[in-house]
Amino acid sequence: MKHTLSVLVENKPGVLARVAGLFARRGFNIDSLAVGVTERPEISRMTVVVDVEEHSLEQVYKQLNKLVNVIKVVDLPDENSVQRELVLVKVKAEAKTRAEIIEIVEIFRGKIVDVGKGSLSMEVTGPSSKLSAFEDLLKPYGVVELVRTGNIALPRG
Amino acid sequence: MNGAQALIRSLEKEGVELVFGYPGGVMLPVYDALFDSKKINHVLTRHEQGAAHAADGYARATGKVGVCMATSGPGATNLVTGIATANMDSVPLVAITGQVGTHVIGTDAFQEADTTGITLPVVKHNYLVKDPSDIPQVVQEAFLIASTGRPGAVVIDMPVDMSRADIDFKYPEKKTSLPGYKPTTAGHARQIKVAARMIMASRQPVIYAGGGVTTSGAAKELKELALLLDFPVTTTLLGKGVFPETHRLSLGMLGMHGTSYANYVMMKTDLIIAVGARFDDRITGRLDTFAPDAKVIHIDIDPAEIGKNVPADVPIVGDAKTVLRELLGNLAPRIKESGPPDIKAWQQQIKKWKKEYPLTVPEGGLRPQYVVSEIYRLTKGKAVVVTDVGQHQMWSAQFYKTVRPRQFISSGGLGTMGFGLPASIGVKLGVPGERVINIAGDGSLQMNSQELATAVLNNLDITIALINNGYLGMVRQWQELFYDKRYSHTHLRRGESPDFVKLAEAYGARGMRVTEADQVEPALKEAFKIKAGPVLIDFIVEQEENVFPMVAPGASLDDMIGG
Repeated sequence: MKHTLSVLVENKPGVLARVAGLFARRGFNIDSLAVGVTERPEISRMTVVVDVEEHSLEQVYKQLNKLVNVIKVVDLPDENSVQRELVLVKVKAEAKTRAEIIEIVEIFRGKIVDVGKGSLSMEVTGPSSKLSAFEDLLKPYGVVELVRTGNIALPRG
Repeated sequence: MNGAQALIRSLEKEGVELVFGYPGGVMLPVYDALFDSKKINHVLTRHEQGAAHAADGYARATGKVGVCMATSGPGATNLVTGIATANMDSVPLVAITGQVGTHVIGTDAFQEADTTGITLPVVKHNYLVKDPSDIPQVVQEAFLIASTGRPGAVVIDMPVDMSRADIDFKYPEKKTSLPGYKPTTAGHARQIKVAARMIMASRQPVIYAGGGVTTSGAAKELKELALLLDFPVTTTLLGKGVFPETHRLSLGMLGMHGTSYANYVMMKTDLIIAVGARFDDRITGRLDTFAPDAKVIHIDIDPAEIGKNVPADVPIVGDAKTVLRELLGNLAPRIKESGPPDIKAWQQQIKKWKKEYPLTVPEGGLRPQYVVSEIYRLTKGKAVVVTDVGQHQMWSAQFYKTVRPRQFISSGGLGTMGFGLPASIGVKLGVPGERVINIAGDGSLQMNSQELATAVLNNLDITIALINNGYLGMVRQWQELFYDKRYSHTHLRRGESPDFVKLAEAYGARGMRVTEADQVEPALKEAFKIKAGPVLIDFIVEQEENVFPMVAPGASLDDMIGG
């Protein structure tokens, strides 16, 4: 089962390696990992999506807490958190498909960020499931390149 | 003051009196600063691995933080086995490594290795110094992290330009925690109450104690608990001595080569009180058949150990000493009111098992078990025993009964061959008043035999009792039992070679050889008389002796060969 963990860490060199190394070493699978600074520059927040069973989740949580540079670990269930991801996609776009693609982007409240000779690039944000749906709709047109940021999340309230 | 001097001064501030190490290029400034220190002695080993194990042995024998140092690249990589050994067994160790200058880090400079990267998976924490003014704080944090909570190894990687840079030395105020590091020490009051109730209701209980009891200094409390309740106690390899093995309540060691009765008790118990132990696979055997009827109270300072292998009914995170005190306080009035739990039938059963399945020394020839039991008898059970890893280690655990913590020193978790001799050096320097016996195997001894030079040059009277069977005995035993006696690459001897007596003599140590059982006592007595430097006794024992009882790997704990 997928779990979103919000991990507050000291913003120091090597901390990402410590966290990533822990996951690799203990055999935990990471679906995505996003890092950035918080409102306090000395602290970074890592949002890690892991695919593990309940028992392993407890180990992930406890092992993360043992890292000296980890300050706090919070499990963020979908219903109690706001989760967002951003995707950038470049799609093949010919004269006759261009309008259709722009329509899809609008439905997903996305933005066209670059227009090329035979392609369109766009961004969409939202929960990961919405991004996957968007990706599926674009596939028939021919996805040239695609990048997702990985999930980021904050607790509600 | 330069960074190197600040480093040495910081070590002095942490009370360091002894470091083990080996110099090299980028460590020259540190060794130069060390040359001036009046408080810190340095022991030069003959290999960096020896330095790490010696510091580890020193820490295990004294409870203080062991310190070792080595240069960059190969110096640091040679420390790694020793660092991993200490960390796996929760031994407080600070390892200081030199590093190439910060301006060339990452360029594959001469003797460069990514020490923080290499050691990351085998340490509690590590540091790469990037600002010389951080040095005092880094040292202070390293000692805090190494020695508190569940102790472990901490590496400080010092680039040579950091050692040379000028800094204003100011040692920070003492801290007890860091933003991301706050070990829990007191047990949860409600959990203690639940545990006490469970204890009072038990009819077939067992106390299962590990190395955490030693670390926490909780042997007294553990004994109090056992006596108050009249509960049997079994210990892990690292827990040897936390409860006197000569006591009627002792079941000795449990697990793969534990006593049959300890293993039967674990399988039939209705309550395991685990204190500072982690249900390692060498303890539990096959997990899904382990202790089927047992409730589990698990006391450990490391929350990640609780529920990792065996689910805990009552998890208690905390320092063993504090938690046991709280537990004793909670139990005392209950026992006053209703008496201790009635476990008479259980005690009868245990008595029967003990009588039926005792540990025995086999007859005929020169048996390794006999050598160990003679060492036990002639030292009156009072020596500090340091072992290597293999069959001799298990025989030592079975036949050298310990009565106090820090009396049995052995690499448990990592099972590092070559640990014994260098660790004995650290032990002897840590507790110079004690008789130190290194019970070694011929395979293990050859992994760090160069440290004979260190022992000789420092006049350390260590008795090296070499259990020489000419084999990599434990591996040979597995080949005999599980690989159809196909002894693939486990034979270590041809004729007289290697001649360990000559090896000892080459280093200036005394060497003796014993081939018959009746020579054991006189040889040991003679060895114990020699106070100037180490003595190696080469006991040429039966070649194909096995360690029994044995729980085959993956077998259920009560399914013992020879049990």
